[in-house]
Amino acid sequence: MAELEAFRSSTRVWLEENCPDEMRDGIAGEEGVCWGGKKWTFTSDAQKVWLERMSAKGWTVPHWPKEYGGGGLSRDEVKILKSEMKRINARSPLESFGIWMLGPALLQYGTHEQKMHFLPPIARGEIRWAQGYSEPNAGSDLASLQCRCEKTDDGWLINGQKIWTSYADQADWIFVLVRTDRSATKHNGISFILVNMDQPGVTTKPIKLISGKSPFCETFFDDAVAPEEYGDGVSSIVGELNRGWDVAKYLLTHERDMIGGGGGGLFGGRSIGEVAVQAIGVDENGRLADPILRGKVAQADLDGWAFLLTLERVRDENKAGQGVGANSAVLKYYGTEFNKRRFELAMDAGGSDELEWEGERTNDGKGASDWLRTKANSIEGGTSEVMLNIISKRILELPEA
Amino acid sequence: MPLVLNEEQEMLREAARGFLVEKAPVANLRKLRDERSETGYDQHLWKEMAEMGWAGILIDEEYGGADFGFVGAGVLAEEMGRTLTASPFLSTSVLAATALQKYGTDAQKQEYLPKIATGDLTSALAVDEHSKHGPLKTELKAEKSGNGFRLSGKKTFVSDGHVADKLIVAARTSGSAGDADGISLFMIDRQNAGIDVERTIMVDSRNAARIDFDNVEATGDDLLGEADNGYMALEGILSAGRAGLAAEMSGSSQQAFSMTVDYLKERKQFDQVIGTFQALQHRAAHLYAEIELVKSVVLKALQDLDENFGLAGITCSLAKAKAGEVAKLASQEAVQLHGGIGMTDEYDIGFYMKRIRVAQEMFGDGAFHMDKLAQMRGF
Repeated sequence: MAELEAFRSSTRVWLEENCPDEMRDGIAGEEGVCWGGKKWTFTSDAQKVWLERMSAKGWTVPHWPKEYGGGGLSRDEVKILKSEMKRINARSPLESFGIWMLGPALLQYGTHEQKMHFLPPIARGEIRWAQGYSEPNAGSDLASLQCRCEKTDDGWLINGQKIWTSYADQADWIFVLVRTDRSATKHNGISFILVNMDQPGVTTKPIKLISGKSPFCETFFDDAVAPEEYGDGVSSIVGELNRGWDVAKYLLTHERDMIGGGGGGLFGGRSIGEVAVQAIGVDENGRLADPILRGKVAQADLDGWAFLLTLERVRDENKAGQGVGANSAVLKYYGTEFNKRRFELAMDAGGSDELEWEGERTNDGKGASDWLRTKANSIEGGTSEVMLNIISKRILELPEA
Repeated sequence: MPLVLNEEQEMLREAARGFLVEKAPVANLRKLRDERSETGYDQHLWKEMAEMGWAGILIDEEYGGADFGFVGAGVLAEEMGRTLTASPFLSTSVLAATALQKYGTDAQKQEYLPKIATGDLTSALAVDEHSKHGPLKTELKAEKSGNGFRLSGKKTFVSDGHVADKLIVAARTSGSAGDADGISLFMIDRQNAGIDVERTIMVDSRNAARIDFDNVEATGDDLLGEADNGYMALEGILSAGRAGLAAEMSGSSQQAFSMTVDYLKERKQFDQVIGTFQALQHRAAHLYAEIELVKSVVLKALQDLDENFGLAGITCSLAKAKAGEVAKLASQEAVQLHGGIGMTDEYDIGFYMKRIRVAQEMFGDGAFHMDKLAQMRGF
């Protein structure tokens, strides 16, 4: 305990000295995020300095081993670091699919050489990764994916299309699920391959969503190439050939964990109670002036708090650095459904002011756009219905039809 | 503090589960009901529980207790919730023990705590006067009379009130209904002159009572905490009770859910096990997620009581509200998913629905606590 207390005080001092003031505004939403990568433009010098200082300590990925660019911290130390960052309202120095998804998958399934090659640039925010999973005809039924990948003299030749590849237009590399054995049963001919997007065979096209934003892309592979190795022992395929489904599933538990509230800042910003009070005001007893809405807000506030405690408990039950397994389906399901509910209430509270789609008053319809964006929460990374299937089968062990 | 049980607490859970499944299954509650038991609980069983240290789970070792803290008490409550065990545990070992430990004088502690720990003294908390919970609404009068007081008024929904040796009574020594100031707590004998107890048979087959107080004498020594300043103490005691009930309902929800999932795996219709139907799977999976949330809030409330008793009220309200709402859902889904058999008295699931309905009402239902939380959180 004394060691942990010493860690807390040295961390506090270090953060005080090294976190730039501009990075202490606690922005957890999309606009405050530093995604890194070759195409990244820092929004300020402070953002750049903050990333450099934190990655030098390995604290962009504090729980990863030091040799792979992490901080080598124990679970308790990571908790302390997070709480000390929260104390000064510090922004996260770096968020990325490399950190949330590929990193954990490589740590679990990668060779030492692959880890040495790919993990440190993720930790330093130098390479931004995209996720090539869904296809136009492989959504909830992901394992029916058809993207072809064939061995040639030049390495792996990839042809096909991916969809819902988040921020693929801004990414440098992509991890892709491809079919390497067309004769095998559907779960058994899939491989997990790492592809450099800086080549003519890979093109991206943003998809405009109902929110007016384009966070997702279509990504096309036309004779795209991945060498067998990116260096000595650095295979382009993670895990065994044709056993990519195992890696894919493992990675999905991390993605769900993240979407469910882990790293994506789903619960950033003000509480729904605060939002409603600001929009509607309170009566003479200090109660939200709309009694029926107040009841709904109170119920949502209760569930949101209970959910955050569940995130904490599920993590506490797992060892540092490990995923939360099938429980990720619970977190993903509940967290995303809750987030949608929270934004519906914010729209209810906001009334017509929140419906303005253009103009400065609403920052070009930010509230409405954010509300619409949440509708994807319960679709991406596996729909709520797929999550309920997973809970039924893997946790409750209910029989298949 | 991590939101997990430590090794000692896990061991307590296992021991409790083994004991209760063997000695106090739902069949016991059914028997107490059918025999119209005078006490409403099995006194021999309570003695056995006391011998294992359960009666004194919250009591300091110097008074003969096990000093296992609120997390320990919650573990027991949860396990008793699984088996619907009727016992004086909540009223005596949680409420009265908390009242005395936290607010009693040395003399009161010495007189009562050792007897509670051995299972030789029971107590009941008389707080509500109306059909909906509201400690601030206390009107029962305690008027100064010589060196003591005279209590007049009535109480309702007093758990164990018809058999307990002592009553802890919330009374008004000044102010009027709605005021936090002016509430005082008295610990008096149930058999004092002027006390008229009507046992009320409740839907859950457990104990409760309506109690009339007509000029009941109480001495200054019977005061628990300070006169006029008893509201904080009352809230502290109620917080412990709310967390205890939340833990109990968590156990009841988990057990009702587990019985339901088992049933889904057995029952065949349309030539298939009904658990293969996605419509039912998704209802079960949703309920599973809700129960996971309950486990988290209950453990948090219990840990807060152990670590920072004075500030634990808010998470105890959180736990009581969430556990109550989910327990209702769990019991409703349990009956519906069982179908016709769930409606029969012969099958146990109905007992869960009944007990949950009572437990979620006691010391404030979901609406009461959500309103309280909303006020604390500025809306």
